Amino acid sequence: MVIAVQAMTETSSDSELRSRAWAAAAAVVDPEIPVLTVVDLGVLRDVRVENGAVEVVITPTYSGCPAMDMIALEVELALERAGFRAPKVTRVLSPAWTTDWISQEGKEKLARFGIAPPKAKAGRRALFGEERVKCPRCGSDETSRISEFGSTPCKALYRCTACAEPFDYFKCI
Amino acid sequence: MTRADQTPLFAYSLRLADDALVLGHRLSEWCGHAPVLEEDLALGNIALDLIGQARSLYAYAGEVEGRGRDEDALAYRRDAGEYRNILLVEQPNGDFAVTILRQLLYAGFAHPFFEALTTSKDATLAAIAAKSAKELAYHVRHAGEWTIRLGDGTQESHRRAQDALEELWPYTGEMFESDDVERALIDTGVTVDRAGIRPQWRRTLDPIFAEADLQLPSGEWMHSGGRAGRHSEHLGHILAELQFLQRAYPDARW
Repeated sequence: MVIAVQAMTETSSDSELRSRAWAAAAAVVDPEIPVLTVVDLGVLRDVRVENGAVEVVITPTYSGCPAMDMIALEVELALERAGFRAPKVTRVLSPAWTTDWISQEGKEKLARFGIAPPKAKAGRRALFGEERVKCPRCGSDETSRISEFGSTPCKALYRCTACAEPFDYFKCI
Repeated sequence: MTRADQTPLFAYSLRLADDALVLGHRLSEWCGHAPVLEEDLALGNIALDLIGQARSLYAYAGEVEGRGRDEDALAYRRDAGEYRNILLVEQPNGDFAVTILRQLLYAGFAHPFFEALTTSKDATLAAIAAKSAKELAYHVRHAGEWTIRLGDGTQESHRRAQDALEELWPYTGEMFESDDVERALIDTGVTVDRAGIRPQWRRTLDPIFAEADLQLPSGEWMHSGGRAGRHSEHLGHILAELQFLQRAYPDARW
């Protein structure tokens, strides 16, 4: 394994290594929403390779999101499994993460998972306006908010008055 | 006053961090005790946001100080007299109305304050502010809706909400105070004048209080001293719990 890695780093250019590192990091999923990868979420911001040393840049969704420590560790492990030694995971705060960075595919995965995806473009209107959230189970618009905060900081708790099911809504930020 | 306090940027980052940590810790005390499950989750989530904000600010303060203290050293290895939070955030949770009103008074200030701080010439403070402001917007909405529900609810909930407002109001003055540390940073564009946030704070609060049928207290006398390390007795009790593990087992790790 170690020999193979050395061979790899000696023969590969930084740009090849970068795409390999990106692929490894990109496969990491959110521990709390395991249908979403860090790419779907927009949490994976950059992968840099210099002289064979890899640095992955991630950004937290919320300041206190406990999943971030787990994601950072998982990214590190994924890179090590892919043959990178001593990978560095850097966290940046700026620009601040927004739900606008969740990919279209990510939004579809969320809905299939039973979590209503963020609706509008993030912003003041989305924050304070009346949000019409579609029930991810039956598709009805007849829903109401139970609580601003759900099972994680990124979600609000809703109920559908048509099918009577409660559900999580990934709120705009 | 310690030597480190003379570095305005360090002192300032520490103040913001202490405000967020102490309030976050207070809210975490509700975990398992809130009146309904949804509120247990909400208060826990808000506490997480605040503790997360505190972590970023402590990490930055440690970096600015340059003496090797990390976020844990700053949170766990300073005594009450070295804490620089405002007195409002260390006040006991009281009943649910006290917690909600404390939350509204703080978040109603912190949201526009951090929005203004996003223009800071200090890139790290601006980044932390941008992140925090988004989270605080939800805190304001949460506390605002509850204030209206309590104030405009039953006779009992109204009385408790009004009592909470009377009790906490004299602690709000400190949010708008600036001293030499802050003025130095305002002059260089690193931060904004807290006093300038007051009109926005009132624009948020006044309509909520009107709808909640709550009367603003008329008293003008305000508590002060937190920024100089003069705290109410409550902070020592908070730290006794918050710091217990690191005090009893220094350097303990998971």
